[in-house]
Amino acid sequence: MNIITRGFRGRRRDGGRQLPPGQYLTHDFPVLSAGPTPRIPLDAWEFTVTTEDGERQSWSWTDLMALPTESITADIHCVTRWSKLDTVWRGVSLDTLLENLQTEADFAMAVSYGGYTTNLPLEDLLDGKAWIAYEYDGEELAPEHGGPARLLVPHLYLWKSAKWIRGIDLMLRDSPGFWEQLGYHDYGDPWREQRYQGD
Amino acid sequence: MARAAVSGGLRVRRTWRPAVLVERRPETTSAATLVLDVPGWPGHLAGQHVDVRLTAPDGYQAARSYSLAAPADGERIEITVQAVPDGEVSSFLVGDAASGDSMEVRGPVGGWFVWKPENSGPVLLVAGGSGVVPLMAMIRSRDATGPGTDRAPFRLIYSVRGPADRIYDHELQRRVGEDSDLDVTLIYTRTAPAGAPRPTGRISIDDLVSYGWAAELEPTCYVCGPTGFVETVANLLIFLGHDPSKIKTERFGPSGP
Repeated sequence: MNIITRGFRGRRRDGGRQLPPGQYLTHDFPVLSAGPTPRIPLDAWEFTVTTEDGERQSWSWTDLMALPTESITADIHCVTRWSKLDTVWRGVSLDTLLENLQTEADFAMAVSYGGYTTNLPLEDLLDGKAWIAYEYDGEELAPEHGGPARLLVPHLYLWKSAKWIRGIDLMLRDSPGFWEQLGYHDYGDPWREQRYQGD
Repeated sequence: MARAAVSGGLRVRRTWRPAVLVERRPETTSAATLVLDVPGWPGHLAGQHVDVRLTAPDGYQAARSYSLAAPADGERIEITVQAVPDGEVSSFLVGDAASGDSMEVRGPVGGWFVWKPENSGPVLLVAGGSGVVPLMAMIRSRDATGPGTDRAPFRLIYSVRGPADRIYDHELQRRVGEDSDLDVTLIYTRTAPAGAPRPTGRISIDDLVSYGWAAELEPTCYVCGPTGFVETVANLLIFLGHDPSKIKTERFGPSGP
């Protein structure tokens, strides 16, 4: 049974497009980060995938730029309840980065410069669902939004799209990342409103 | 980064709980403190927030997150809400909500931007505008540890546009008078009251040097405010030698240009 708040009507400004439950539409691009914004010079930047056997494959910035890129248009949903529609990014598909890897892993931990981590099922990084993004709206990705490069997994809440991405560790068993240890959901599907553990 | 304990446990299912507004206290012309009775409230840490959900008679719902402003008093909690332009929930809470009104809350939420009374090291709090709210919860929960204990020394640097925008002004003045281990410095960016020791202007590295803690003392720094403010302050703190892992941030509002 709903608890009605007397006198509340709401603005219902979300208009035609349906948003995930509990979200509202914004045209800004708010920032949520747990700490200071790290600054990573491009000549020191490296992205490393590590398998469960400890096998590593790394890409420098130059290596990344040499890979095929994709333009991505996606809606993004932050667990702090804003959603932004039709955001435009450019990046390299994780399918491209992971294609030659031998792994039995079902899970992945995204690891960032600055120490942030977030866990995802590996299958959510494959089949055209995830990218290493380095451009937003036609411009290089600003540091406060995760530049030089961030993970982009738009079908999950945005904390899964780790800013300042440094690597991906593949894991046989799931293990909670930074916000997940603090009570946020291990999967984070906005359409099922999986905000917190137990949702 | 270390695993942190969260009040209520890590795996506790967070349900929407009915809440009743018992008091709405104006803090400025555009901010108000709401005191809510929440049966079954599990308690919280200073710095955590809650989701507040309002439901219209036809079932339409809107929910937003707000910082808790004080330690829990049993099942009674306080939030301070800044009305934002065109804010669907904030403008209702600040302008229209009245004692006895029903709503729902869910939480507490967030276990990173928190301070616990057992942490005895020095603390620097840097607030921009209504970013002072979770920092005030830390000041108030420090107080709740009681006199006679070894209390952590706190310094608050609080940036506001002008005197009319100060939240918790009288209480902060009172606390500074009563507590030799609490310093509060106001930074006025546009309008300063007569006799203010500092000229108006945005927070600078000199302010952090003069009114903060030296990096050698290894304070824990909590920075909360609009995105541009937090970016500036966090970068200055790193430049001054503070360990990035001891700088905890919470940002709100749109990003700067």
